[in-house]
Amino acid sequence: MTARGRVLLFGAGAVVVAVFFGLSCGELPRFGATAHPYGDRAVAASLAHRTANVVSSVNFDVRAFDTLGEESILFATVLGATLLLRLARDEQVRPAPAEGVLPTTRLLGIVLLPLALVVGVYIVAHGQLSPGGGFQGGVVLATALHLGYVAADYRVLERVRPLAVLDVADSAAAAAFTVMGLAGLAAGGAFLKNVLPLGTFNQITSGGTVPLFNAAVGIEVASGVIVLLAHFLEQAVEMSGPPEGGGSAEEEH
Amino acid sequence: MTQADLLPWAVAIPLLGAPVLAVAGRVLPRLGCDVLATAAAAGDVACLALLWSRIHGVSTARLGGWPARVGIVLAADRVGAGLALLVAVLVLAVLVYSWRYFDEPSGERAGLFPAMVLVFEAGMVGFALTGDLFNAFVFFELMGASAYALTGYRIEDPRPLQGALTFGVVNSFAAYLSLLGIGLLYARTGQLDLAAIGRGLAGRPPDLLVVTAFALVVTAMLVKAAVAPFHFWLPDAHAVAPTPVCMLMSGAMVELGVYGAARIYWTVFSGAGGVPHDAFRHTFTAFGVATALLGAVMCWQQRHLKRLLAFSTIAHVGLFVTALAALTPDGTAGAAVYVAAHGCVKAALFGLTGVLLDRYGSVDEHGLHGRARQLRLVGVLFTVGGLALAGLPPFGTGLGKALSEEAVSSSAGAWLTAVYVAVSAVTGGAVLRVALRVFWGVGPRPAEDHDDDQTTGEGEEPEIRGPLRGLPVMMTAVPGALLVLGAVPGCVPAVAHAITDGARALADPALYRRAVLGPPAEVRLPGAPVSSAWTVEGVALGCVSAAAAILLGAGSALRPLPAGRLLRLGVRALRRLHSGHLGDYLAWLAVGVAVLCAALAAQA
Amino acid sequence: MGVLVYLAAGWMLLVALYGLVTSRNLVHAVGCLSVAQASTYVLLLAVGYRDGATAPVFSDLAPGSRPLVDPVVQALALTDVVVGATVTALLLALTIQLRKRYSTLDPQALTGLRG
Repeated sequence: MTARGRVLLFGAGAVVVAVFFGLSCGELPRFGATAHPYGDRAVAASLAHRTANVVSSVNFDVRAFDTLGEESILFATVLGATLLLRLARDEQVRPAPAEGVLPTTRLLGIVLLPLALVVGVYIVAHGQLSPGGGFQGGVVLATALHLGYVAADYRVLERVRPLAVLDVADSAAAAAFTVMGLAGLAAGGAFLKNVLPLGTFNQITSGGTVPLFNAAVGIEVASGVIVLLAHFLEQAVEMSGPPEGGGSAEEEH
Repeated sequence: MTQADLLPWAVAIPLLGAPVLAVAGRVLPRLGCDVLATAAAAGDVACLALLWSRIHGVSTARLGGWPARVGIVLAADRVGAGLALLVAVLVLAVLVYSWRYFDEPSGERAGLFPAMVLVFEAGMVGFALTGDLFNAFVFFELMGASAYALTGYRIEDPRPLQGALTFGVVNSFAAYLSLLGIGLLYARTGQLDLAAIGRGLAGRPPDLLVVTAFALVVTAMLVKAAVAPFHFWLPDAHAVAPTPVCMLMSGAMVELGVYGAARIYWTVFSGAGGVPHDAFRHTFTAFGVATALLGAVMCWQQRHLKRLLAFSTIAHVGLFVTALAALTPDGTAGAAVYVAAHGCVKAALFGLTGVLLDRYGSVDEHGLHGRARQLRLVGVLFTVGGLALAGLPPFGTGLGKALSEEAVSSSAGAWLTAVYVAVSAVTGGAVLRVALRVFWGVGPRPAEDHDDDQTTGEGEEPEIRGPLRGLPVMMTAVPGALLVLGAVPGCVPAVAHAITDGARALADPALYRRAVLGPPAEVRLPGAPVSSAWTVEGVALGCVSAAAAILLGAGSALRPLPAGRLLRLGVRALRRLHSGHLGDYLAWLAVGVAVLCAALAAQA
Repeated sequence: MGVLVYLAAGWMLLVALYGLVTSRNLVHAVGCLSVAQASTYVLLLAVGYRDGATAPVFSDLAPGSRPLVDPVVQALALTDVVVGATVTALLLALTIQLRKRYSTLDPQALTGLRG
């Protein structure tokens, strides 16, 4: 199809869809309306399980199965990226060249990296109390580690990043979520049930299993994102590929 | 273990197996990984078989102990559990098929391919068993993410990467469309559980919001099911994915899209405030027939074997959708039997194509002409598969076709029966033509066709290193076993009866609602059982389509069929539409959504 | 103000689809997919908003003292963000490998699968 034909076809479809969607928006409840029955039930459930952050309670207690699916998607992506970004048969790995690093940036990195890691751990640990949690904290932890790459160079990153350990930690944390869910099945009769003592409201140990699920997801996301970024960086920095111009497809057809 | 426990175990087993394999693959040899993977898959088959045999109506499990109005409830009737069982059986077959075959990465990445297959299984099983709409979206994306990575597996060749990318972008975009629909439904009803949304919609007459939300949500299902005009991604993905992955995609994943559409319509939109039955019936029958005819025509034209089988899957999906669109328990029962048998037969055919790829490095029908004469057994199995696709009794596909034909002719008209016969004949005939040419060298070798507008199937890399060793036994044994499984519903009346009996539950939303929203209790299926036996007309029509398939296949192998100039031009234009260009596919997706919205609104 | 927020979500989706249909670079296409996903966040969060309400977090708020916005859609949006980020990562990995094999990122140049 020509580019023009494509745009015309798209335009025809898009106009109709836009009209339908626009008219449907007119039938939605008013923006800012006060009736949110499911929201109110979720707040009540969260308070009943003494979790101060209602969003974390919804994620790790009330609708924990969604989070299990979501962290499985992350796990699948890490596996998939490992498979897709593997060394092809006609490629080689060459060690990353050392780069010059300004002493000021190195100092900034040395100071900020542990600080950022602590912030990440804080965000993960307090997920059940204040905004944050496993996903957010995990990403902060992963990017904190890459301050080593930003402030210094690739070799420093390789030194601070034990890739095999992180790979195993990713899988272990993913499995841990499922195992804790099955423990809930064994102890409480329902998969992913909150079976631990609920603690005192607004304390770090409150919420029952929510802090544990939080920690598992935090470890999984942090190690998963680090491994993911490691594969991408390897492609950019370390791999020398086939000669430019068409690559190594077996033959034309 | 109660039924309510089996439901989460069915998802937990593959989700546990995958990380264990990913870690164990670092230290265990190839044999260890194969053993682990097969054990996990077998465990899931056992769990789902147990679940399927015990369900008598709808089985539910409240996750986290929360009721449906607060948390997520897994709800499975015989159809959902049966589809999950089909998925598990095919995953086991695929993992056994890959045993001494398949060029997997070695060393520390040895366990990754089976781990990805297990995650794919978890996504599919979770999708089949869930009773919550947003949860269905999450598992839909889980299925998708693992499928994209598995499709693009062979990274040295640019075509798998292109196929995987198109697959990924189109399916993900459709998933985001459905999320918009979910947002609209949530705003209207304040619920995310399927049964609860259905109940919430019943309070008001249907308006534009309901129609738009339905169109958006069902589009993702139709894209996954590869219904025209959302089907363009499927042949591209199948042409390039590794054979074990093709077996799973055509055998189970696509059928889950059909199931999703049916489940969402029945549970959410079939009541008073949803989409009227007639609107659904007419619109989806039209989509189904168009898909079936397009799939059959394109299937006949292909010389790339995997693309040929992919288009035949599209054609059969059209037949499934037509049967479901009848909105009767008979139609649902016919579709269920047809899906179960077709999944096994199609996976077997892909497995046999993998043998050709392994031995000759090609899946080109013209290039392989007469070369596979020594693969006697494979040839016989391939022919049997072609006859099964055509609907020959006593295969399960024949029974499913017969039941579907009866259902649609009583609800919509006898002309639909002609569509069923024609489409089965053409797709079966194409497979038979391939078998005759490749395995028996029948007929003249086709002239070299330098038409740029097609994917030929030459120049494929064998999927395993070291083609000097013999053909692994499993590569023929697994397809053989799958063909036998495909014959079971047709030959064993008890199995057919079990499938059709449970299929009634799909068409009974009140039962589902009671099971999910009511107090936890055993809910039994009321009403009269549907027919599940062979009828004289069914056997006759099955024989007619098989005979037509043989005639078409043999006839065209001996001499190319004559075709009028107009027909040739039309088919050529249709083939050019399948351009491999991402923008084209998405433009057609936009048109498809628009047509769906307009058609439903006009009749609502 | 009322309907405009929802219409903005629809607009974002259609603009993203236009970008995908006319894209000449695969990285741009993956970015358009992210925009499509962002439209779903806008719709979900807009649906959950309540006038004069605050965030559903009780770390510094006594329960019951103020109305709260809908926490369920926020959890859904969180799940959605993770799903989108991971799908983007996979598609970009495919794009990297494709660039190496085709030495171009133009969808027009991908002619391997046709007919």
